[in-house]
Parts: sequence; C-alpha cells; structure tokens
Amino acid sequence: MQATQHAAHTGNHDDESHGHHPTGLMRWVTTTNHKDIGSMYLWFSFIMFLVGGAMSLIIRGELLAPGLQYVSPEFYNQMLTLHALIMVFGAIMPAFVGFANWMIPMMIGAPDMAFARMNNWSFWLLPPAAILLVASMFVPGGAAGTGWTLYPPLSIQMGMGMDLTIFAVHILGMSSIMGSINIITTILNMRAPGMTLMKMPLFCWTWLVTGFLLIASMPILAGAVTMLLTDRHFGTSFFSAAGGGDPVLFQHIFWFFGHPEVYIIALPAFGVVSHVIPAFSRKHLFGYTSMVYAIAAIGLISFFVWAHHMYVTGIPLTGQLYFMYATMLIAIPTGVKVFNWITTMWRGSLSFETPMLFALGFLVLFTIGGLTGLVLAMTAVDIQLQDTYYVVAHFHYVMVAGALFSAYAGLYFWLPKWTGHMYHEGLGKLHFWSSMIFFNIAFFPQHFLGLAGMPRRIPDYAQQFADFNLISTVGAFGFGISQLLVLVVVFKAVKGGAKAESRPWDGAHGLEWTVPSPAPYHTFEEPPAFDPAEAHA
Amino acid sequence: MVSQQLNFSTGLAGKENGRSTVASNRRVVGLLLTVIVGSLLFVSAQPRLYKAFCDWVGLYDIDRAERVAASAIPARPVVLEFDANSHEGGLLFRPEIKTLQASTGDIINVTYRVENTRNTTVIGQAVPSYGPQHAGEYVRKLDCFCFKQQTFAPYEVREMPVVFVLNRDLPSDVNTVTLSYTFFEIPAGSVDKPAVSMEGRT
Amino acid sequence: MGGEMARYTNKNSDVSRLRHGSVGLLMAGLLGTLSGVANAAWEISLQEPVTAVARRVYDLHTLLTWVIFIIFIGVFAVATYSIIFHRKSKGHKAADFHDNTTVEIAWTVVPTLILIAIAVPATTTLVEMRDTSQPDLTIKATGYQWKWGYEYITGDAAGVKYMSVLATPRDQIENKAPKGANYLLEVDRPMVVPVGKKVRMLLTSSDVIHNWSVPAFAVKADAVPGFLRDTWFRADKEGTYRGQCSELCGKDHGFMPVVVEVVSTEKYAAWVEGQKKEMAAAADDPSKVWKLDELVARGEKVYTANCAACHQPNGKGLPPAFPGLDGSKIAKGPKEAHLDIVIKGKPGTAMAGYGAQLGDTDIAAVVAYERNAWTNKLGEVIQPAEVKARRGK
Repeated sequence: MQATQHAAHTGNHDDESHGHHPTGLMRWVTTTNHKDIGSMYLWFSFIMFLVGGAMSLIIRGELLAPGLQYVSPEFYNQMLTLHALIMVFGAIMPAFVGFANWMIPMMIGAPDMAFARMNNWSFWLLPPAAILLVASMFVPGGAAGTGWTLYPPLSIQMGMGMDLTIFAVHILGMSSIMGSINIITTILNMRAPGMTLMKMPLFCWTWLVTGFLLIASMPILAGAVTMLLTDRHFGTSFFSAAGGGDPVLFQHIFWFFGHPEVYIIALPAFGVVSHVIPAFSRKHLFGYTSMVYAIAAIGLISFFVWAHHMYVTGIPLTGQLYFMYATMLIAIPTGVKVFNWITTMWRGSLSFETPMLFALGFLVLFTIGGLTGLVLAMTAVDIQLQDTYYVVAHFHYVMVAGALFSAYAGLYFWLPKWTGHMYHEGLGKLHFWSSMIFFNIAFFPQHFLGLAGMPRRIPDYAQQFADFNLISTVGAFGFGISQLLVLVVVFKAVKGGAKAESRPWDGAHGLEWTVPSPAPYHTFEEPPAFDPAEAHA
Repeated sequence: MVSQQLNFSTGLAGKENGRSTVASNRRVVGLLLTVIVGSLLFVSAQPRLYKAFCDWVGLYDIDRAERVAASAIPARPVVLEFDANSHEGGLLFRPEIKTLQASTGDIINVTYRVENTRNTTVIGQAVPSYGPQHAGEYVRKLDCFCFKQQTFAPYEVREMPVVFVLNRDLPSDVNTVTLSYTFFEIPAGSVDKPAVSMEGRT
Repeated sequence: MGGEMARYTNKNSDVSRLRHGSVGLLMAGLLGTLSGVANAAWEISLQEPVTAVARRVYDLHTLLTWVIFIIFIGVFAVATYSIIFHRKSKGHKAADFHDNTTVEIAWTVVPTLILIAIAVPATTTLVEMRDTSQPDLTIKATGYQWKWGYEYITGDAAGVKYMSVLATPRDQIENKAPKGANYLLEVDRPMVVPVGKKVRMLLTSSDVIHNWSVPAFAVKADAVPGFLRDTWFRADKEGTYRGQCSELCGKDHGFMPVVVEVVSTEKYAAWVEGQKKEMAAAADDPSKVWKLDELVARGEKVYTANCAACHQPNGKGLPPAFPGLDGSKIAKGPKEAHLDIVIKGKPGTAMAGYGAQLGDTDIAAVVAYERNAWTNKLGEVIQPAEVKARRGK
C-alpha cells in the first residue's frame, strides 16, 4: 500500500518534489508524473506502430503478385503474427492508455493518477515485452507463426519463439491490469468536487468501462497462454485430445478474452470522438445519458458473444443460433452511438479542422466496419466468409479506421494543450486525406477478395485474386508512407508554431481547457471548482 | 449500495483530507483485485467447466458405462457408421465393419481391430467423437475399449469391443450416426499420471 | 492477366450473372472507380453457388448487403446534409439541444425491428445448413500438414482411400515458369462425387487444425485432431469446384487446396470401377523384390508428393527449420536410422511420421530415392520387407 500513500501525498500536497525532479534520461525512468508517463506511452505506441506497420508492408509486399517473391511462407506467418500482436498490444492499447494518462486527471481536475509509482511501473513493463516479441524473430525457429490467436496444436509445434511470445503476453497483461487499476481508481476517487459520475467527460466513462473489461479479461488471456505453456513443456494436455483435452477449448478461452479486447480498443476511441465532434460542432453532445448506457451495454454484451469467432469449429446449432442473436444485439447500442454523434452535428456550427476530419473519417469507416460486422454475425453467411479476406477487411475497418483514426483525432485535438503550439493545419489535412484515401484503396478491395473466396493468412494466392491484391498493396504502401507525416507534424508542433491559447478550440468544454497551454507540469494541485457549464452533457 | 460506500458519486467533495482518499483507494483496489482473482479462478476452472458443459450437452462421449432406461418411444431404423483414426504411426486401427443398419434401442456390439506394428509395448488411449456431434448425447456405452488406456504387446493384434445402445429419443432428424475413435499413443513418461481431465474416463 | 482468368467454377449461368449484377452494381458504386470493369477477375460477390444451401446463403448475403448499404446511405445522407449546410463558414449558428427521448427510442426500436426481420432468413438458412441426415454417401477428409486425405466410408466407393496433394509445380510458385490457369487450386487426385447426391463429409485431422472449404457449396468446417466434425452438400451441377484450407495450419497453409469434381452418375460409377481396379493392382506384393531403378522412379513420385514441400525438390531443404537431405548425415548414414525417421518422425520438429500414411513399398521407395538422388549416390536398394521389419523399432 506504499503506492497508495505516496499517491495520497502527490494527490494533495507533495511539496518537496516540486521543481527538483531528475533531469535527462533519469527523469523519464523515474518519473511518476502522469503527463510524462502519458507522453512515454504515446511515443512507445508510435514506435511500435511503425514496427508493426513495417511488418504489414512486408506482408502486403509479398502479396503484390501471385508467386513467392520476397519471403518464405514461414517468415510470412511470423510477420502476420507479430504484426497483429504488436499492433494490438504494442500500438493501439498503449496509445489509448497514453491519452488516459495525459487527459483523465486533467479532465476530472485531479493532480495526478491515483497510484503514481505503479503508473511508472506499468509503463516500463512495456519495453521489455516489446523486446521479447521482436527478439523472438531471432531465436532458432523464429517467432510464433500461428497468427495472434495462437491456436493449438499449431502453437504446440512452434519453437522457442512461442515461449517468448507467451512471456511477452504475460508482461503486457500485467501492465494493462496495473494501468486499469490506476485509471479506474483515479476516475472513481479523484474527481473534482461536484463532478458526479453522470457529469463526467465521456472519455472517462469509456475508460472506466474499458478498465473493467481489461481487468476481467486479461487474466483470462494470461490463463490461456499459461495452459499453452504447460502443454508445451510440462506434459499437461489441456488442449490435446490425446490426454483428454480439446484444442477447441483454447479457442473458447481465447475469444472469451478476445472479444472484450475488441471493445477495449474501440471504447476509448468512442470516447475521443465524443469529445471531438461536439467541440467542432459547437454544440453539446447529443444524448449523453444514452451514450453512457450504450457504452456499458457494449461492455457487458462483449462477454457473451465470443463464439461468433468460432462458427466453423463445430459448435452445435443451438450455440450458433444463440451467438448469432447475441452478436446482433451489439448492433443496437453501437447504432445508438453513431446516431448520437450524427445528431450532435445536426444544426451545429461545423468547422473542419484536422481533429474533426479524423473524427468524421472514423465515423464513416467505423460504420462500414460495423455494418460488415453485422453481415458476419449471420452464421450462415459467416461460414462462407470465415477466415477469408472479408474478415481481414472488416476488422481493419474497425481497428485501423476505428481506433487509429480516433487516436489521430485525439492527437490533433490535444496536441496544442500538450505542446503549447498549434500544429500545422495544412500538413494535418494532408495527413488526413492521404490516410483516408489510401486506407480505402488498401482495404476496400479486400471485401471482394474475401467474397470471391481468398483465405486469409496465405503467402501466395490463385491468379483470379491478383488484381485486387495489387490495388490493396499499392494502397497499403501509400497508407504506410502517409503515417510518417505525423512525425513531421508532431516535431514541428513541439519545436514551435503559433502559440496555443488555453482553449484553442472555441467549442471545446471541460476542465482540461481551463489550464494554460502547454499544460504546466503540475495541474490541479487543489481540486478546482467544477462549473456545470463545462460539463460534457 | 457500493457506490455510496465508496463515495463514487460525489468525487472529491467532502474528503479534503488525504486519509479518506487513501481508504477509498484501498477499497477500490480491493474490489478490482477481487475481479482479477475471480477472473483467474474462472480461467483456471475452464478445463473442468468445459468438460462438464460438454458432458451436459452431450458433445463428448460420457465415457462411463451407463444404464439404459426403458423407453416408451418406439424404435426406428438408423444407419451406423464406424470410423477409426490413428494419430501416430505405430498402431494400425480399423473397425471390423464400416456400416450397420440398426434400430434405436438395440444393443449394438461392434469390434475394432488394433495391430501394434512396433516391436515395443505401446500404450494407447482412444478418444471418441461423433458425427453429428450432438448424437453423442444419445449413445449409451455399456462397454468400450476407450474407457481406459490400452497396453499392446509388441506386434500384438487385438480385437476390441464397443457395446452401446442408441437411445430411442434420438432426434428425428438424425438418421445416420458416426462413431469415430482416434488412437493416441501415450508417451511412456506420462502413463502413470493421466492429464487433469482424464479422471472421469478411467 | 486477361479475360481468360480462371474462376473457381469455370462456368457461368445467366441467373448468376443477374445476381452478380445486382450486388456488383452496389459494390461498384461503393468502390467508385472500378465500376466499369467487367472482367471475371474482378469478382465482387460470392462465388456462383451450385448447391441449394449455397444459393440460400448467396441470397441472404445479397439481402444483407442491400440492407447495410441502405442503412449506410440513410445515415450518412443526414450527416452529409449537416456537413454541407450546418457549417460555421456559412454562418450557421449552433442550435442548443442535447436530448430528445422520442428520437432516441425510435432509433433503438427501428434497428431492433430490422434485426428481427433479417434474423428470420438467417435462422432458417442456418438450420438447413446443419442438417446432415440421410446422406447418399459419406466421405471422410483428414487434414495433414499439408494435404488432404480422402476415404470413402459408405456408398459405391466405400473403401477407396487416397491422398490429394497440390499439383502446382514448384517452378510456378517460385516464378520460374508461367502460372497455369488453376495455379494453387489444382491437386493430383481430386475428390470425386456424383451430381445430385447428398454427400456427408466427416472431417478430422492428424496434426493441427485444418479447415475443409469449398465456397461454391457454402461448406466450411474445421478439421480438429482427435475429433470428428460433419457437414454436407448436394451439388446440382457437374463441374470442378475449388477451395482452400481455411485455418492457418503452418508453413504450407496456402498450398493445400480442396478440389471436388462433381460428375454424372455414370462417370462416377466408371470412376469407382477404376479406383477399385487400381487399388487391387496397387496392393503391392510385400515380398516382391524390387530393382533399384524402378524403386527410385516410384520413390521420386512419393518424394514429390510428401517431402518436397519442406526438403525441396533439389534436396537442399530450407534450413534451419527444414534440413537438406542432399549429402545429409541421415541420408548417407545407416539406412535403419533413415527408415526410422521416415516412419516415426522426429519429435519436436516439423518432421511427421509417415508410418501411418504410407505403405511399406512407398516408404522403401522414398528412402531408396533419397539415398540415391542428388549427390547421395549410395546405390542401395531397400525392400518393403525391410520397412516392415523396421516399423516399431
């Protein structure tokens, strides 16, 4: 409980630490400041995004034309596995934890996170996990080539790379759990006087639900990979029919974690968009209460739909029917959110700076991904589309467009607050339009490939798939190169640019906009008075 | 009401001093740790829960000899198919007959033949499976070589029986039932300690 | 890549053209730039269905695609109106409203009704798909890394059993030769079924999870080691239908196609006849004494079908995962050790045991081939009887 006491001190009046924190590298290693840690999370996730992105370009490069050109099938399988693991656990999740670290204390008027030292620790677990993942490529036999789903018995066959992956997943899980404990406690206990839960900014709400999803689902994943590890090395047979186990059990456990994981990624993205759209519509968010209920409903239902990833594994008809209906149910709260966002724009006073463009891009692409998700929910159709490129297209629309575009919306929205400078609007817009166009060139044709029957996770394909694959690869490279623009934009904003006011967006509401830009190292050391006019709803 | 105890609904109001925040933080962390421990317990119970669930819905064999209750439902004809798979190379395994016309309620006795092609003793465990899967629920086994591990002497050829009854309440849409067994060789080291979920089978 | 591009089925019908047309129009509209292209390679909907179930799935998918398209257009028409007319730059002042219970109830209820409406056909189609009762014949497909084994369980061909291996030459895959029309979708021995008969498929696997899939039949089912799964189809049009393994199963996951030939009843009977004769002929006399050249010739075929994917046709392998055989310690060492590794495999590596898949003669042949091919000129004959003696040691 040391951390608790420490947090209580920083939480109120930890005067002696002011002004003389270590400098240079040690500042970052030892920091307990939520803004420092938030920045580290964001940089880490961007680096991992580039690593995972480079891997995706190796995948798309190999798929440029039929035939094996550049990489071996084994290496291809390793790339697609690492690409997914790195993007999910190394890029998207840490990015939103970074936003949470930076913004949640400022949004609720808290001086820092509840457990500032644990916060430091949960960040510094990430680099070792990333190193384990990347290093697994260089051990004998290479990285795991099983896909991120790690299905046995294939994962039992893998070499030492699989063990490194399992350890990395354990570490990532611990980091996520600690991060979640911190975020939930901060949100529940450290809000400014007068800020009730139902007046809390929506981003905090999405993270509150996400935090609970994380602490409930990460132990499940940890358990699954631990069973994998003992099956591999200690003679158990949880997943082997020979000893009375069942390989399909792993899939059940994995997806019991895996489906909430989808919403762990999506919910904070919803939160960011729920801030950006009202700000640039100069209107309050429409239907705040229904948004909160929709978030909670999505979080809850996400634990009851896992087997829709497993329609072809031989689950009984009654199971298929139940999971089909339960999955369709998720469409309702998701629909409510989309309608609420659009109604927020309705009769507003709209302007289209980069954050708004990314939020709108999110809205369009996420809706496409959601609607193809509805198609996939229908078991009969899913049997045709399972493990084809249609699924690949679907989840990239949800993940890249959903999470990444929303993260960019948040980045451009809050960058002035973080750096004290306005970003370069022209470059931002260029970044948006090139991302939007190339994303669709890369992923829209994959729907057609899947419908025509091209399986996913293959390094080579039949000739009738050649044309769409070529288009997709061109789009992927365009998309990949466009992402480097972010680096330029961020570096320019860090170094200089137009001075940002404390509230650079005239439609933005919330406590975070009442502090100067850039935000001082310590904010809200005394709980601020909460003005209901600044409330989100 | 948890929310009142934890003061969730009012934010920091009324707790200017650090102590109540500490206490409140402890309560939240305690609650969250409970969830985490609950999740861990849940996942570690999965193999058993899954087995219990599958037994309950009849997805797996219920690998124990069973009693057959008399049924008022009339018998009807079904086609039975027998299938055999061998996971490693050492055991040649096949059913003596591939198909059989039978009626529900009949006591059916079929034989599988196993030949140990190795010059060493091989210990094997047959794992049953059914097509369609839910038919498993209606197969009542009275005797089966799959009930326990089998030890084969070098080059031994053995005929092994399965005796079962197909329940008369077999759903009317099931007219063909496949009984399939896969023989796995048990590595010598793990013979004495069958895996966790095996105890129901011996 | 011209208009001659191979499709899975190689056949078209006017009905399906119409179907393709409607979804096509819609998808092309979404894609915009590609709308004018009418090439077989630009397929943008499900493959032409050839079973009643696949047609129902096709129609269900078409319906769903229209539904989501209309929802999308409806929702974003509102958004677009707002984006065009409610701009700050046009001087539009923001209204101040943030709740409307009526509207919120409406947009919860209406989607619910739409979902219920589409749940009905989705349910009936699914129930039909799962009805494996009363088949005319049963075939068991066993997944191996990386090929399919077929065994006819019931029906006229009961007892027929063979492996079905990718037939595309390595040269085409490695871009050293022009690719054929059915590149990666061709096998040496397809599964053959009679037209109009209900075929029940039993699926299992000998190693990892595979997935047996033929899109034209709307059939896709996992093959799980140690367990049996079943599915069915009744193809109502003759032709060759192609699919691929649809569950990542390791290195050559992309190279284990499923090919099903649907033939007329007469052709099927003739095929069964041929298979039975071939089986009788192939029942090798175990005591036959083979000469080196005939054994090596047979061994090369076995090698190409079973070993070349990993150890490569030139015997160089793909180290470190797949060691070379040319000049290797095993292939030039004592033949007993060589036979053992072929029969039993090597635990902890990708080398599977072939004892169960291959007969004594084939194992003798492939080992003899490996010991005499490339630079391994040992001049050694291995007789099937030696393999039999070696099994189990």
